[in-house]
Amino acid sequence: MIPILLLKDGGLVKTTKFASPKYVGDITNVVRIFNEKEVDELMVLDIEASAQRRPPNFELIRRIAGEAFMPLSYGGGVRSVGDAQRLLKLGVEKVALKTGAFERPSLVREISDAFGAQCVVGVVDVKKSFWGKYEVHSHTRDSAPEPSPVRWAERLVREGAGEILVQAVHRDGTMSGFDLDLLRMFDGKLSVPLIAAGGASDLQSMRAALGACRLSALGVGARFVYHGPHRAVLVSYLSAADLDSLQRVTR
Amino acid sequence: MTMITVVDYGLGNLGSVLNMFRKIGAEARLSEKPEDIDRATALVLPGVGHFDEGMRGLRERKLVEPLGIAVRERKVPMLGICLGMQLFARGSEEGREPGLGWIDADVKKLVFPEGDRRPIPHMGWNDVVATEHTLFRGLERGARFYFVHSYHVVCEQAEDVAATCSYGIDVTAAVRHENLMGTQFHPEKSHRFGMKLLGNFVSSLSPEPASARA
Repeated sequence: MIPILLLKDGGLVKTTKFASPKYVGDITNVVRIFNEKEVDELMVLDIEASAQRRPPNFELIRRIAGEAFMPLSYGGGVRSVGDAQRLLKLGVEKVALKTGAFERPSLVREISDAFGAQCVVGVVDVKKSFWGKYEVHSHTRDSAPEPSPVRWAERLVREGAGEILVQAVHRDGTMSGFDLDLLRMFDGKLSVPLIAAGGASDLQSMRAALGACRLSALGVGARFVYHGPHRAVLVSYLSAADLDSLQRVTR
Repeated sequence: MTMITVVDYGLGNLGSVLNMFRKIGAEARLSEKPEDIDRATALVLPGVGHFDEGMRGLRERKLVEPLGIAVRERKVPMLGICLGMQLFARGSEEGREPGLGWIDADVKKLVFPEGDRRPIPHMGWNDVVATEHTLFRGLERGARFYFVHSYHVVCEQAEDVAATCSYGIDVTAAVRHENLMGTQFHPEKSHRFGMKLLGNFVSSLSPEPASARA
């Protein structure tokens, strides 16, 4: 169960369907709260670095990595092996690539060869077209060389990604449940661990996702930062008992 | 309160280590100066990266001798983390440099039984079983820590092995030899388990119990 935290303007935000980012709080404070909750892994994504064509905010990432008492994945604006190296030296365990890989799929290969596949997470954001077709989503002017989400994921794995994160854009921030059809499309297709995100709501939604596809983890955003129908900010996690009950659902 | 000197030799994520010590109320500072090592009363050697890079980092900063004197002559308590612990050994299959040679151990590549094709590095949380009771007090069973490594320490003396984990084979998770302690895993990435372990390290530094200080 991996909280996915989104960075914008140096602050923590939450989006809905990858739009309308709302400020949630100071990211280092939220990381400290997740320390208390004994979260096993954290993912931080800078949602505008690539769109603004700027590199990662290394100073902020250094502070976040210093506060995190669990392994950290970071994505957003990583465009070179040098960027990845700097991140890993700052205490980030894994580097996530999305737009960087659209522009140059060989970037995945270069980072994977330099630091190991286990350091590279390939991010596949998926949107549903008007006709109900699944396509790889981009939030910049670059687009994926391959529009099919499964085939793009397979390409990323071939280039050396050690893990794939599939995010359903249309479920993001909605807490309306994971897109199970999308997950079923991916089941058994990849030779590397798969994380699913987009739509986590209650335990039942999480069980359903784990039942639809062999997953190594669920990525959770809104569900861990909001509470109640009015989306009051409240950082939460799952109890040990709830986590335990989910461990028992496997494909 | 003993000041903990965390050795900065150019490798490793020092921020988390310092922060975790501070979080548990210990005083910790970073240093790469031989004179600070000479005066240190408690040491931590962190580290992530290649064995040879680690030894070179220590040598370039002229830290090998002061560390050796601190650990072997002054018997200063020393905690090695990940690569830091591996450097205590005589050498590593990863590189060509000799290690510090403070324990009778060698660092070997992780190799699994025939047919077992699990990924290297060993990366992720794993259960640890401890037989040592100072560093691991309260953590002997049920403790989990975060590991990232492709090489592991193989001790000649069984009594130097403080804790083990299982990853295809039995892997040394921690060592203890008198004032020398080391963990293959990252306490600073293992939230409450790491905090408990570092807390135990700090407690082991006190010459007398808290009540006697009143």
